[in-house]
Amino acid sequence: MTTKLEKNAAGRLVPSEVNGCEAVPFQGVGGHQPDGRRAAPTIASCLDYPVDGDKRASSLREAFERVGLADGMVVSSHHHLRNGDAVANMAFDTAAEMGVNDLMWFPSASFPVHANQLGHLDSGVIHHIEGSMNGPLGAYCSAGKMRGLGVLRSHGGRWQAIQDGEVHIDVAVIAAPAADPFGNANGLSGPAACGLLGFALADSVYAEKVVVVTDNLVPFPCLPWQIQGNNVDVVVEVDSIGDPTKIVSGTTKVTQSPDRRRIAELAARFCASSGIMRQGFSFQAGAGGTTLAFAIYLAELMRAEGVTARFARGGSTQHMVEMLEGGLVEYILDGQTFDLDGVRSMRTDSRHQDTSPFTSYNFHGKGNFASMVDVAVLGATEVDLQFNGNVVTHSDGRLLHGIGGWQNCLAARCTMLLVPSFRDRIPVIVDEVTTLCGPGELIDVVVTERGIAVNPRRQDLLDAAADSDLPIRPIEELKAELDRLCGVPAKPPLSDQPVAVVKWIDGTVLDTVWRVD
Amino acid sequence: MTQGEISESSAGPKGDSVRSDLHVAFQPGEEALDIGVTSKVDYLYGEAIEAAARRVAEAFGVTSGQLTVTDAGALEWVILARCETCLRRAGFDGAEVLPEPAPGADAPRRRERLRRSRLYIPGNQPKLMVSGGLYGADGIILDLEDSVPLAEKDAARILVRNALIALDWGGAERMVRINQDASGEEDLAAIAAHNPHTVLLPKIEGVAHVQRAAAVLADHAGEDAAFLMPILESPAGIHHAFEIAAADQSVVALTLGLEDLSAELGAPRTEDAWESFLARQTTVYAARAAAVQPIASVYPAIDDEVGLTGYVRRERDLGFDGVGCIHPRQISVVHREMTPSADDVERAVRVVHAAREAEARGLGVVAVGSKLVDPPVVKQAIRTVSLAVAGGVLAEDWDSEG
Repeated sequence: MTTKLEKNAAGRLVPSEVNGCEAVPFQGVGGHQPDGRRAAPTIASCLDYPVDGDKRASSLREAFERVGLADGMVVSSHHHLRNGDAVANMAFDTAAEMGVNDLMWFPSASFPVHANQLGHLDSGVIHHIEGSMNGPLGAYCSAGKMRGLGVLRSHGGRWQAIQDGEVHIDVAVIAAPAADPFGNANGLSGPAACGLLGFALADSVYAEKVVVVTDNLVPFPCLPWQIQGNNVDVVVEVDSIGDPTKIVSGTTKVTQSPDRRRIAELAARFCASSGIMRQGFSFQAGAGGTTLAFAIYLAELMRAEGVTARFARGGSTQHMVEMLEGGLVEYILDGQTFDLDGVRSMRTDSRHQDTSPFTSYNFHGKGNFASMVDVAVLGATEVDLQFNGNVVTHSDGRLLHGIGGWQNCLAARCTMLLVPSFRDRIPVIVDEVTTLCGPGELIDVVVTERGIAVNPRRQDLLDAAADSDLPIRPIEELKAELDRLCGVPAKPPLSDQPVAVVKWIDGTVLDTVWRVD
Repeated sequence: MTQGEISESSAGPKGDSVRSDLHVAFQPGEEALDIGVTSKVDYLYGEAIEAAARRVAEAFGVTSGQLTVTDAGALEWVILARCETCLRRAGFDGAEVLPEPAPGADAPRRRERLRRSRLYIPGNQPKLMVSGGLYGADGIILDLEDSVPLAEKDAARILVRNALIALDWGGAERMVRINQDASGEEDLAAIAAHNPHTVLLPKIEGVAHVQRAAAVLADHAGEDAAFLMPILESPAGIHHAFEIAAADQSVVALTLGLEDLSAELGAPRTEDAWESFLARQTTVYAARAAAVQPIASVYPAIDDEVGLTGYVRRERDLGFDGVGCIHPRQISVVHREMTPSADDVERAVRVVHAAREAEARGLGVVAVGSKLVDPPVVKQAIRTVSLAVAGGVLAEDWDSEG
């Protein structure tokens, strides 16, 4: 396969064509204006749907036959059931039984449980994947075994791609913890309760055909209808849509690592010292060990200073719910629910609002919530001296993670990367990131256990925190310390064969992931 | 170089759960030396790992056999230490192979300093050492004694030696707890020349123990010999507390170990700690009488912040200057509780100002307002002020305008 490559505005070599479609190279932050109209599915008619509202099919196979699943189609699935999801695997197992081939799988994210799809990639049922790939799927793609290019998009970028017509979904398969025969669905109850179904919302609106799969069928109406039955073609009842123990956890654990706790504490103190943490502010919350610890330290400082937040955005956990119920946070705008307390709170507390990538992240809309957040704390695999961030590949170039909401959250008024300075001798602060996922001009602060580096573009933050006793150091100095401690790393050679591309939030191509042998 | 009988050997932990460490194995053989490296970081550091192993092999005159390195992201000073241990265990002899010194490895030791907190780090776990200097403890103790199994004492000695050289401990006092008797003397031989500030001597029961350690240190490091902190861990030790504290001018602090003491007493540790009241009080008296710092034992429950807070307050109020920490989380609690209250600080600042003024004016008597202040009160006030500065409740330049 010969691919034409060109250099984009970030200086990265990217393919000018991705899976047969022309691709726009990254034009710089804010450099690309879309035109045209949003995509839309074919107009449907009530003539084609039962007047009694009962859209049930007896099996997923029957559902697929009814919606006309055929070779070469795009099939989507979603990750609200996380590593407990059974539906994405079930969908492709069924397609294989039907003898359908060359499908494009378009998940909102994949998890280790989806290693099942490797067989379908090998046998030809799946042609390629556009969505996050990690673990065995990441290794498969990194090794150059996939027939098409992987396309990595942020949660907001996935909405943008669907809405702009870059990806036209033929069949969306939506796992629903609760649904009625008409197709109204939510994630709030049932054995697989997961909170919200926001990741599937775009698919329900824009896909040609929509199949809802549930193990908790309730009589019409299923309220609230996070997914509206008016967008749904078929409803299938199955024994189980997933393993509840792997969907949400009973309790979310805070990291015990002294280094990570130190990073979290430094980040929270930076927010307090620099004036970010003030009455009525807002923050992005997460469920990762370090970001969760950040929220706990932040809550302590908020209590000490008598400050409350107007809203917290992002993932909800027991801890966030405690902040809501204790009056430290007025509203939770929840993008993903991580534990049982989060699910319970969303079900019972009107201040705990479910959101979708449309409200929170979509860049091709009339604004979104991400840019209204005062501070977002995120992780990264690498950050370089220009503050560019990498979140998808390991330092050897191998695919490791999806982008998730990471790129979208960079729009916050202050973006902080909370990272260890090195992991098992592998420096996290590097000369140049292996894969560019976030331009340095959007990354304001890097917090490591060895000190805090503030982007020189943010002189305002440097001034605001100047009087604190925090270990604020130039990023070059942190890098020099790592070079001494870890030794200067060799530069691993990358091949010249693209295996995947990283899209920016506006649909342009930001960087290329190369084959690794 | 003449070598004795050479046998197969190994060093370092093995298995999937190992991180930031490595396993090294040596197999004697006739063929020219072969160094095999497998590492999860080989694409970045494969050549550097092999070069480090080769450096040690050359220092030990190893020209044949197979040296196999299985690395899990260890730093270079750890690789050097594990390779050295492996080859010494095989029967080779050679000069120490030392890592590059860190900035701060030559930080001078100070007799008088804050010793509010000291963090214990096991001497055979390099992963825990790397960040040891970041948590702000007044002292870091690399432990060769109870946290290291008998069969790993040789390995820990070399690791601790390299850690003293290669790691930046910030402003912390560089401390090492050695073993007893002959094993302890081997410990001293390994570390004495690498700027340990203070050596902790376990299970001390009499003057001779202290003097012997001081003599061995002086043999190795002359005038640069480290200070000593004897640990009383038995009824006999408590009984001789003052003589031990005053045994040698290199003693800077006296501490006690309540776990061992409780075992010997047959009185398990309780929350109220009445079983050790006399021991703790005696330690404070003996230390003060000998003009060294009394330092309290560790608090064993890592997750119990409330318990730790009460413990620090109690020991502080008995007269102790500091307590031991077994987890970085304990440090900030200790510092918080060792920091004087705002009222105390204000009073102390007034006393110190008055004392300086009196001295400047050649007055023998210090007065605050209309009240005369005795010299011990001035001394206590100076201590309160330094604790306040260290605890961050008083600016470092608190006396700049006065």
